[in-house]
Amino acid sequence: MSRVDRIWPLPGGIHPPEHKSESNGRPIARLPAPHKVVLPLHQNSGLPAEPLVAIGEQVQRGQLIAKGHHPVSALVHATISGRVTAIEDRPFAHPSGLSVPSIVIESLSDQEAALSPEAVSMAPMRDWATETKERLVSRIQEAGITGLGGAGFPSHIKYLGQRQIHTLIVNGVECEPYITADDRLMREHATDIVTGTQIALKILSASTAFIAIEDNKPEAISAIKAALVAVTDTRIKVKVVPTKYPSGGEKQLVYLLTGREVPSGDIPASLGIVMQNTGTLYAIKEAVVSGTPMTERVVTITGEGTPNPGNYWVTIGTPIQDALAATQVAVTGNRPRVIMGGPMMGYDVDITAPVSKVTNCLLVPSATEFPTAPDPDPCIRCGLCEQACPANLLPQKLFWNAVHHEWEQARLNSLSDCIECGACSWVCPSNIPLVQHYRFAKAEIKREAIETIKADQSRLRFEQRQARLERDAAEKDAKRKARAAEAAKAQAAKAQDTPSTLDASAKDAILASVARAKAKKAASTGPVTQEALENTVVLAQQAVDKTRVKLATAVSDGLPSVEALTGALQKLEKRLADAQSALQSHTETGDAP
Amino acid sequence: MTILTAVIALLILAIIFGALLGYAAIRFKPEGNPLVESIDNLLPQTQCGQCGYPGCRPYADAIAGGDAINKCPPGGMATVEALADLLDLPVLELDAEDPDAEQNRIAVIREDECIGCTKCIQACPVDAILGAAKLMHTVIEKECTGCDLCLEPCPVDCIDMVSQSVTITNWRWQSPEAPKIIATDRAETTHEPR
Repeated sequence: MSRVDRIWPLPGGIHPPEHKSESNGRPIARLPAPHKVVLPLHQNSGLPAEPLVAIGEQVQRGQLIAKGHHPVSALVHATISGRVTAIEDRPFAHPSGLSVPSIVIESLSDQEAALSPEAVSMAPMRDWATETKERLVSRIQEAGITGLGGAGFPSHIKYLGQRQIHTLIVNGVECEPYITADDRLMREHATDIVTGTQIALKILSASTAFIAIEDNKPEAISAIKAALVAVTDTRIKVKVVPTKYPSGGEKQLVYLLTGREVPSGDIPASLGIVMQNTGTLYAIKEAVVSGTPMTERVVTITGEGTPNPGNYWVTIGTPIQDALAATQVAVTGNRPRVIMGGPMMGYDVDITAPVSKVTNCLLVPSATEFPTAPDPDPCIRCGLCEQACPANLLPQKLFWNAVHHEWEQARLNSLSDCIECGACSWVCPSNIPLVQHYRFAKAEIKREAIETIKADQSRLRFEQRQARLERDAAEKDAKRKARAAEAAKAQAAKAQDTPSTLDASAKDAILASVARAKAKKAASTGPVTQEALENTVVLAQQAVDKTRVKLATAVSDGLPSVEALTGALQKLEKRLADAQSALQSHTETGDAP
Repeated sequence: MTILTAVIALLILAIIFGALLGYAAIRFKPEGNPLVESIDNLLPQTQCGQCGYPGCRPYADAIAGGDAINKCPPGGMATVEALADLLDLPVLELDAEDPDAEQNRIAVIREDECIGCTKCIQACPVDAILGAAKLMHTVIEKECTGCDLCLEPCPVDCIDMVSQSVTITNWRWQSPEAPKIIATDRAETTHEPR
C-alpha cells in the first residue's frame, strides 16, 4: 500500500450509536428568512467588535455592520435586510449562558423592502485562478468566514501563516453522532467543495489535498469522487477513514492520514499541513466565485423532540427558538431543552440565543433520549478511560490531579493536550464527568497564569514607584543641601566682604546713624508711657517663647546651634525681666501721683 | 619521598581549587538573597501592607528572616500553603480579620464626587490612580490590585471596592461535584480539596 493511501489507526476512540439516519435522508431545505436576527459582537480575542451602524439605521443583507480591532477577529455582516433596532447585551450560544453586546436587526415592512435593494455583495471573482494570493485571502476575510467545524476562528488566519504548507486536509469526517450537515453538503455541493479546495490549494501553494470522509457516508464519498473525476485534478484525493469517534479532531485526523503527530501546543502548520472543514471551503467558494459574504449555514436539526429532523439552511443570527418553530418544534418559554453541537461535545443553550457561525447542530432530545446523568460513583480504576483516550493521555491520573487541585502535576501529565472529546466520560462505568473536571482544571491553570502575569506587573509597578520616590527624595535632599551650601557661602562672603569694602565715608555714615539713634532713644525715654512699656513686655515675651521652641527643636535634632540659642535665651529672659520690672515700677509711680 | 610528592601534589591541587572556588564565590555571587526572591514570587503583589510591611518585597524579606507565613490575606490559604511548601514549614491558619473576604475586587472612584485632592494617588502602591490636583481622578482597572489603601486617605469617601462581575472574558468552567476517589480510600477522601 502506498504512503498516500495508507491510514494510521487512531489510538483509543469509541463507537457511540450514530443516529445519523434520522436527519441525512432528505435534501437540505431552506428555512424562511427570519424577521429578526441577533448578531453577537463577541470575538475570540475578548474585545467585542466595534459596530459600524447606529440604531435605526437601515442595512442590507451582506452589509458590513461591525469590525474587530484585533487581527484575529472576524467581520460581522448583516444577515437580513432591515433596520437596526437595538445594540445591547443579548444571550448568545455559549456554555456560560452569559449575554454579550449584539446588534439586533428586524426586517422592514413589505413596502419599505420593495424600495430598497435586496442584498449587497462583493464583485465575483470568476477567474479566481488568475487572482493573487493576497486578494483571495482578503476576500475570505471580507466575507467574514470563520471555521465552521468548531472553534470558529477567522479562516483567513490559516492562510497568513509564514510556514510552508504542502498538504491541505479537507475535514469531512463529521464523527460526532447525530450531525449530518457536512454529509448533506458534500452530497449536494460536491463540485463547490472541490472548487473551494482548489482555491485553498492555490492560496497555500500546496501540492496535495486529502478529502477525508468516514466510511459511514458512502453517498458523500461517491459524490466527491464524481466531482473529482469531472475536474480531473490529480492533486486532490479522497481518503476514506474508518468510522470512529473522534477521528474528526484536528490532531487526530492529521495522525490518521499522515502518521505524524502535531507537537503539543502547536498547530498542524508546524508539519506543513492546514485543515479546513468542508463547510468552510464551500463558504470560501461562495465568497470568491459568487462574491457572497457568509450569511447562512447548514444546521442539522434533529433529536427525538423534532417532528421534521433534517438539514436546513439557516440564516446566521436567527434566534434558536425561531429556527425550531420553523421546523414545527413546539416552543414554549425556555422549552424544549436544546443542545448545540452533538451529544459528545455539545452543551445546553438558551433557546433565545441566536444561531452562530459554529452552530452545526441543534439537538432537541426527548426526555428519555438523554436522561440526566446519574450521580457519579467512586473511580474503580478500571482503566477504560485510558483505552478510550485518543490523545494517549492518562485520564484517571488527570482526574485525581483535578480533584486534588494539583495543577502543576496536571500540567506535567499533559492536560493541555486533552481535546475534551468526552470519550473517557462516555466509557466511564462510574459516570464520572471527567471532561468537566479537565475543563475546570484547565480554567484554573489559565487563571493562575493570568494572576502570575498580573502579580509580575504589579511587582514591577511597585518597584518602579519605590525607585521613583527614592529618586525624588534624593533629588529634593540634594537641592536642599545645595541651597544650604549656597546660603552658607553667601554668609561667609558677606562676613568677609563687610570690613574690607567699607570705606571711610561709610564708616562715618554708620557712626552718624548710631549717634542719631542714641539721640532719638534719649529723647524718647523722656515721657515713658504705660502702653510703650506693656508693648515692650509682650514683644520680649514673644521673643522668649520663639527662642524656647527653637532651642527645643535644636536639642531634639542634635544641632550645633544649641549653645548659641541657650545664650540668646538667657539674654532674652533677662530683657523680659527688665521690661516687666520697668513696667511695674512705672505703674507704681504712675499710680502714686 | 613518594609520600612527600603526594602531599605536595595534593597541596598544590588544594591551593588551585581553593583559589578557583574563592574566585567563583566572588565573581558569581548571586545578587540579593535568592530565597527572598522565590518567596516574593509566591506573594500576590497587591502591595497592600496588610502584613504590616510596606509591600510584598519587605514581607518576603521578613519571612526569610523568620516571620510568620500567614500574614497575607490577599494571597489566602493558597499562598500560605505555597510558602509552607517552599520553606518546609507547617501550614498555619490565615491571620486575617475576615479570611473569607472576597479578594477579587478593585477600587472604583465615584468620579462626580471626587474633589481632586491627589491623596489616593499618593497612597496607591502601584500607581494605578490617574489624576491631577483639583481634577477628577480615576482608577486604572487593569492595574488595581484591590489593596484598599486608597480608601482611608480619601477625605470625601468617594472610593468603593467593587467585585468584578463575570463577563465572557473572565468566565470559567466550574468544578463538578467531585465523587470520592475510591470507596475504600479513606486517606484520599479525607484530604478534601480546598
